[in-house]
Amino acid sequence: MSATASTFAYLIASICFIMALRGLSSPETARRGNMLGIAGMVIAVVTTLASPEVVSYTTIIAGIVIGGAIGTVIARRIEMTALPQLVAAFHSLVGLAAVFVAAAAFHTPEAYGIGVSGAIHASSLIEMSLGTAIGAITFTGSIIAFGKLQGLVSSNPLSFPGQHLLNLALGILLIVLIALFVGGESGFLFWMIVLLSLILGILLIVPIGGADMPVVISMLNSYSGWAACGIGFTLGNNLLIVTGALVGSSGAILSYIMCKGMNRSFFNVILGGFGGETATPGMEDLGDRTVRQGAADDAAFIMEQATKVIIIPGYGMAVAQAQHALAEMAQVLEEKGVDVRYAIHPVAGRMPGHMNVLLAEASVPYDVVFELDEINSDFASTDVAFVIGANDITNPAAKTDKSSPIYGMPVLNVEEAGTVLFIKRSLASGYAGVDNPLFYEDNTMMLFADAKKMCEDIVKALKGGGH
Amino acid sequence: MDPVEFADSAYKLSGEASRLAERLAELAQRATYADAGSAAAATAGGGSADVFLMGFTVFVLAIFVGYYVVWHVTPALHSPLMSVTNAISSVIVVGALIAAGPADFNISQVFGFIAVTLASINIFGGFIVTQRMLQMFRKKQR
Repeated sequence: MSATASTFAYLIASICFIMALRGLSSPETARRGNMLGIAGMVIAVVTTLASPEVVSYTTIIAGIVIGGAIGTVIARRIEMTALPQLVAAFHSLVGLAAVFVAAAAFHTPEAYGIGVSGAIHASSLIEMSLGTAIGAITFTGSIIAFGKLQGLVSSNPLSFPGQHLLNLALGILLIVLIALFVGGESGFLFWMIVLLSLILGILLIVPIGGADMPVVISMLNSYSGWAACGIGFTLGNNLLIVTGALVGSSGAILSYIMCKGMNRSFFNVILGGFGGETATPGMEDLGDRTVRQGAADDAAFIMEQATKVIIIPGYGMAVAQAQHALAEMAQVLEEKGVDVRYAIHPVAGRMPGHMNVLLAEASVPYDVVFELDEINSDFASTDVAFVIGANDITNPAAKTDKSSPIYGMPVLNVEEAGTVLFIKRSLASGYAGVDNPLFYEDNTMMLFADAKKMCEDIVKALKGGGH
Repeated sequence: MDPVEFADSAYKLSGEASRLAERLAELAQRATYADAGSAAAATAGGGSADVFLMGFTVFVLAIFVGYYVVWHVTPALHSPLMSVTNAISSVIVVGALIAAGPADFNISQVFGFIAVTLASINIFGGFIVTQRMLQMFRKKQR
């Protein structure tokens, strides 16, 4: 294929990718968008295969078959609750692939038209080293994120004295290495950049706690895009530059939305150390406050009498795999004429949109699922708020208590509902280590149980309600 | 500004931006010709600054396109957004194919093979898992 034709084909592929993201503006157009994305990828791959640089297909076909088989099997078998770790794992692969492409370009620059070995253009060296560094950071950073989400490493933040200074020093060292590499092309320096970036990737993610993972995953998503951009600049390929920039800005916007959902600055999250068991539990002023406890029968009775119920799911629902039992409960209620809706907080779960996917998996139609801004004013006119596996995102202290660590965080106004039913394993504080005054409100009934078990019991009680 | 208004204007802008990006890619392509023509005469480093600037222009405009398109994505679909961006960022497979493609064996071919494999896992895995997610989103049966 001629250079002109392939440039046009790459342009079409870029537009397909833009339209793929554009399709996600509504669930109706999203599937077509995904198909366009696939079409764009096919165009890009076929165009490259038809270019004069590619003459031997055996290795390529082997790579695509092996990789394609692994990817297909994983994607078809994965449980939807394990989605965050899957995405983290996939990000790591993009990062690692970027490193290998850069390494290949470094060893045979002739194939990419960026000079000859030993005399690669200085601008290409800069782009190459940036692509490599970001790719390597994405790789190890995503591995750590994967480990934390999968429970292979503790999800508590790991901090040690001098941590930020060490990271800063390593960051400066990385810049020095890149400068040296651009000044005098050397294989040793190239691999030193890779090594240092790999270490930096680990160090950047270990201090960040489990519940900050929505930000981390979005950030790594962004990084994988910037790595692709770096490679795109190196190869002078506009398709890679456009796609990398799309992915990079997408991840950055998601990180911003997640940070805003927690009322924390991006740097506050990145510097880490928030939450986990090290945080001071705010349970000391428990005093004479009492907690009203209930059983499944009570919950069933209250909801049966209600006209409007809003369900507030959180990460606990994912952990307990309670989405199907919950959806069944909602269905039984609807059959009894109760209006059931769902309220989703932006940072509920471990990745952006996590709760929406789990509810969709349990066949909850998306038009009864609402975002915080859409539904927050409706709690006052709601009979029952049913909190399942969420805690901090319902904490009224975020609105009233200036000394609270989560003060200012947007929360769902569940306490305005007639009755709050709160499923929880125990009275322990939430992730942020903050006590939730909601537990002691007069209109709150605590349901101490496993989320899934409780939903199933409520369904039984509802069905047996007629006697 | 009212969010609906903002979303609307963002949507319009995204349309405009994608048209601009198209136009720009055409221009970039013409510039590539011009560059190829002059490359024979120019010294090794001379042409690469222009190539970089052209790439950089595409880069900045693409960020703007991304910005407006992504703000228009409904929050309910943020998980599919992550998995599909993950899949499309594997377009670096293009670079890997060039590395794995030459007839005679060298170390780059090994790197290329690994990169093709890794990127393929992502491409297949990313698009399939996105499709799985999107298929679950259903409207209420009335």
